[in-house]
Order: sequence, then C-alpha cells, then structure tokens
Amino acid sequence: MEKTKKTHEEKTLLIDALKQDEINWIRQKKTKMKKYRKVRLSRSVGGDIALLVVLFLFGLFSAYPLIFTITNSLKGLDEIFVFPPRLFPRNITFENFVDLFNLIGNTQVPISRYFVNTLTITLFGTVGHVFLASLCAYPLAKHSFPGRHLINQLIVYSLMFSTVVTQIPTYMIVSWLGLIDTHMAIIIPAWGFTLGLFLMRQFMVTIPDELLEAAKIDGANEYQTFFHVVMPLVKPAWLTLIILLFQQLWGIDGGNYIFTENLKPLSYALSQIVAGGVARTGTAAAVTVIMLIVPITVFIINQSKMLDTMAHSGLK
Amino acid sequence: MKVKNLQTEKQFVKPSLKKQIKKNKVYYSMIAPFMLVFTVFTILPVLMSFLLSFTSFDMLQLPKFIGLSNYINLFLNDDVFLIALKNTLILAFITGPVSYLMAFVFAWLINELPPKVRWFMVLIFYAPSISGSAYLLWLLIFSSDMYGILNAYLIDLNLINTPILWLETPKYALFILIIVQLWLSLGVSFLAFIAGLQTVDRTLYEAAAVDGIRNRWQELWYITLPQMKSQLMFGAVMQITNALGIGMVSVSLLGFPSVEYSGHTIVTHLLDFGSANSTRLEMGYASAIATILFVLMLGSNLIVQRIIKRVGT
Repeated sequence: MEKTKKTHEEKTLLIDALKQDEINWIRQKKTKMKKYRKVRLSRSVGGDIALLVVLFLFGLFSAYPLIFTITNSLKGLDEIFVFPPRLFPRNITFENFVDLFNLIGNTQVPISRYFVNTLTITLFGTVGHVFLASLCAYPLAKHSFPGRHLINQLIVYSLMFSTVVTQIPTYMIVSWLGLIDTHMAIIIPAWGFTLGLFLMRQFMVTIPDELLEAAKIDGANEYQTFFHVVMPLVKPAWLTLIILLFQQLWGIDGGNYIFTENLKPLSYALSQIVAGGVARTGTAAAVTVIMLIVPITVFIINQSKMLDTMAHSGLK
Repeated sequence: MKVKNLQTEKQFVKPSLKKQIKKNKVYYSMIAPFMLVFTVFTILPVLMSFLLSFTSFDMLQLPKFIGLSNYINLFLNDDVFLIALKNTLILAFITGPVSYLMAFVFAWLINELPPKVRWFMVLIFYAPSISGSAYLLWLLIFSSDMYGILNAYLIDLNLINTPILWLETPKYALFILIIVQLWLSLGVSFLAFIAGLQTVDRTLYEAAAVDGIRNRWQELWYITLPQMKSQLMFGAVMQITNALGIGMVSVSLLGFPSVEYSGHTIVTHLLDFGSANSTRLEMGYASAIATILFVLMLGSNLIVQRIIKRVGT
C-alpha cells in the first residue's frame, strides 16, 4: 500500500513537472512567434495568400515537364500513348531502363568507353578550371599590381557575350593547336570559363586581409599562402565552380570537335538512342532521366554552398 | 600575358613601372596560366572575328579583304538575316525583362518562406536550367498529333476539335520559344538574387517599419533593391546575354531551318553559315553576323547597367 501511494505521489510530481515544462515550452514558442511577427511588420494576409498562389502556379510550370519526363520513363509504351495523357503511370515498370541497358549492350563501342570519355572531359575540365581560376583570382582580388584593373575590366566585359559569338575563330584556333579530335579540344577552352573566375574573385575579396598578413608574418610565400590559407577558405566558391562547369561538360556531345567514335562522350551516344523515333519515346525518357540525375544530385548536395558564393556575385 | 602586360603598360605609365612589375612578379606568375587560356580562347577569337568580318574567307584559302560588303549584304540583300534580327529582338525584348523579373520576384517570394520549403522551391525553380537536354520534353508537349500533351488536354476539354500543328505553324513559333526560354531562364542570376536577399540587413526592415513604411512594395523599393544593386547588375548581364543568344532551343524544337524561318534567330543564322558542319563555309560572312551579335550583346548590357545604377534613387 505504502509503495503504491508513494508511486502515486511521485507520479503527480512528475506530471506537474511535465506540465511546467510544457508551459515553458509554449511560452518560448510564443516569444519566438512574436519575433517572427516582428520581422514581418509590413505584410497583409491577402497579399501573402495571393503571392503564395502565384508561387505555386509557377512552381508547377517549372516542375511539370521534369515530373512528366520522370513518370514517362516509368511507363510502358502502351501507357505513354494513352488518350487523354496521364501524368502518373498505373503500372510502374522499369522496362524502359531495361531496354536502354540492352541497347547499350549492343553498341559497337562499349558504353563504358563513352562513359569514361565523359568522365575524363568533366574531371580534367573541372579540376583544371578550379585550380587555374582560383590561382588567377587570388592576386586579382587581394593584391594590386599594374594591369590588374584592366584585367578585371576585361573579365566583366567577357561576361557580357556568350561563346556562340566566338565559335568560328575558336574552332580555327583549336585546329591550329592540333587539338581537333582529342578531348583537349573541349577541356582546355573550358579552363578559361570566365564566369567561374569572376565568382571566385568576388568571393575572395571577402577574405579578411589580416589572415593573409598573418601568414606572411609566419614566413609563408605567396604560393604557400594561397594553398594553405586561401584555398581552404574559399571552399564554397570552388564547389560552385565545380557545379557550374560540371553541368556544362556533363551534357556536352563534342559535335564539332570529336569525330572518332571511340572518343565521343556519353551524351552523344545517348542522343543516338533518342534519335530512334517514336518507338523509343520511353527509352528516350529514361535517357533524359539518367542525364538529369547527376547534375541535379550535385546541386542538391551543394545548394547552400552555392548560395554562399552567389551572395558575393555582385557587379560593382 | 606577362610579357604582353609589360609591353602595353610601358608606353604610358611612369618609369617606376618596371620596378613595380618586378616586385609583383609572383602575382603575374599566378595569373599567367588562366590569362593565357583566356587570351587564346576569348580575347583572340573576338579580335579575329572582328577582323574576319571584313573578309571573304572559306577556311581553305587565305582570307581576302572586301571591306564592308559583308555588312552591306547582310542588311540590304539578306532577307533571312533581317527576319533573324527581328525575331532575335522580339525574343530578347520579351524574354530578357520577363525572365529577369521572374528571377527576382521568385527569389523575393521564396526568401520569406521557412528554410526547408525555401530549399525545396529553389531546387524546383533552378532545376530546369541545369537539366541539360530535358527541354526536349517540350517536343512531346507541343507535338502536333493528338498524343501531344497540350493538344490532348485541349481536345479533352473540348476546346479544339483537331490537333493544332504547334511546331509547324509560323505564328506559334515565337510564342513557343518564349515559353521554353522562360522555363529555362531561372539560372545563375536567380541564385544570385536569392543569395543577395539573404544578405540584406534584417534590422533595416524594422527600422523602416518604425519610419513609416507601410507595405511590402515600399519596403522592396526603398530598402531591399538598393541593398542588392550589385546582384541586380550581375543578374541583368546573365539574362540579357542569354536572351540574345537564343538559338539552340529553336533548332531542337522547331527544326533547322524552321518553317518559313519563323523561329530563325541571329544565332541560327550564324550556325547556318559558320558552323563546322555547315556546307556553306562562308566564314567571313558568318564573322560579320557574330560581330553584330557581339555588339548587340555588349551594347544592351552596358545600357542596362546604366539604368540599374539608378534604382532606388
């Protein structure tokens, strides 16, 4: 009897304590809510709702084609051509992916070859660019020397036109250098991607000078400072450069520059499969999904780092 | 580039320059590799393109100087170029500003959402621009038979009786290009805006509310926009360059050449004459087209930069 009574008392105590906790928690939450409201002083509920509706509609516009591609790749041929079209499949099937792998198995050049080609181009292009661009961005951002202003100016101007404009001379230069029909024809021009250099420089401007001074006092030369102090600090920026360049190089089909079948990238091989016509609609969707997954995954992993870099992207 | 700097700067800067360059030689060695690639693949091509535009050149024989005749032919004898120019300007005037506003407005709306939702919405809006060839799906949407998604929905809703030939009818061409281009356009500048908005000082809003700012529009114009002017400029550069460079989308969706050149742009005209796979091989003429596009891009960028500098004043 004693025992149960005691436990009963203990229980009420415990319950009281819990209640107190809950009250505290609610109070905390209320103050949090107040804080939240404070930031949103000049807002009307009607406006909020209207804007959320707009956001939702455009989000749908943005996502619909991608969702459709993904669901298409999971439909059988009979379901792709159904009237009226259905967004989501009744029977989920992976036969498109199976077909794709069978097709891939029958190509003259093994698919692994194309894959290695794309990987080579993407890897060397990206790594080379990140290294050269950061090396170049460091003095441009942090030190003054004759010609610096001119170079900064040139880089901003070069953002103002796209590479289509320089296509013909670029082709001529690549052929003079004897790079036609090699991976280098794509890799080397990618190193000179100016948007990357620009973003890297803007990010490096924010590094506090004291850090560089400290390294200097410790006896580091400029290269040591660059590798041991600057590079670790600009990690978000190099992730951004990697994402941007990766997207470009991953989807490249090498059309103008690479003619040997053995050297062609994955995107080319897959586009040949897509070219198979109506009967391959499902397989084509599978191809798109495969090409899509990689850059989007890379972005998902690095979104916050990329936004970090972009915060400093401004043009003065 | 190191040597080049030495030579170009020598002419107009004080004698101490040589010493300065010597003192800073470690920096020159750092920028040299990138600047070499940049010079060879960006600066040199621009200059070459400009020079070639005054020549007749077929890649086999040496270029022959012909003065301004390429430009004269373009504007006076090449009706297709004029169509291309017109289409490019229409597309740029619509997709440029609209995509710019979209990028900003969405960034601005998304910025107020809770972090997790924001993360998701950024992904949704940014995904199309990194999805590579996924825009080919629009072929399926605008496909001309009744299995085309748009046609199918319209027939299903009894709005039309027979499928519309979206991709083959000239009057729809620009409309389709605009839709697809807008879908693709929330790219780097969109991210720059989101990032820029996150760096705006929050306490300014509270101060402003005390000072009598009543709604979000005033807040936007007087506080947010001036704070992120530099991102606005960067975004403008990206969107203008993209808007004037529409071409590959047209080739993939409307075919090349498109029906009655309805989707022909300066870029597709350039590809027609100047790509390595083209049969025409009139590189001088193509260079003139490229130079015009270059001037258009640079010119409109510089003008818009001037305008944006005045925001919030």
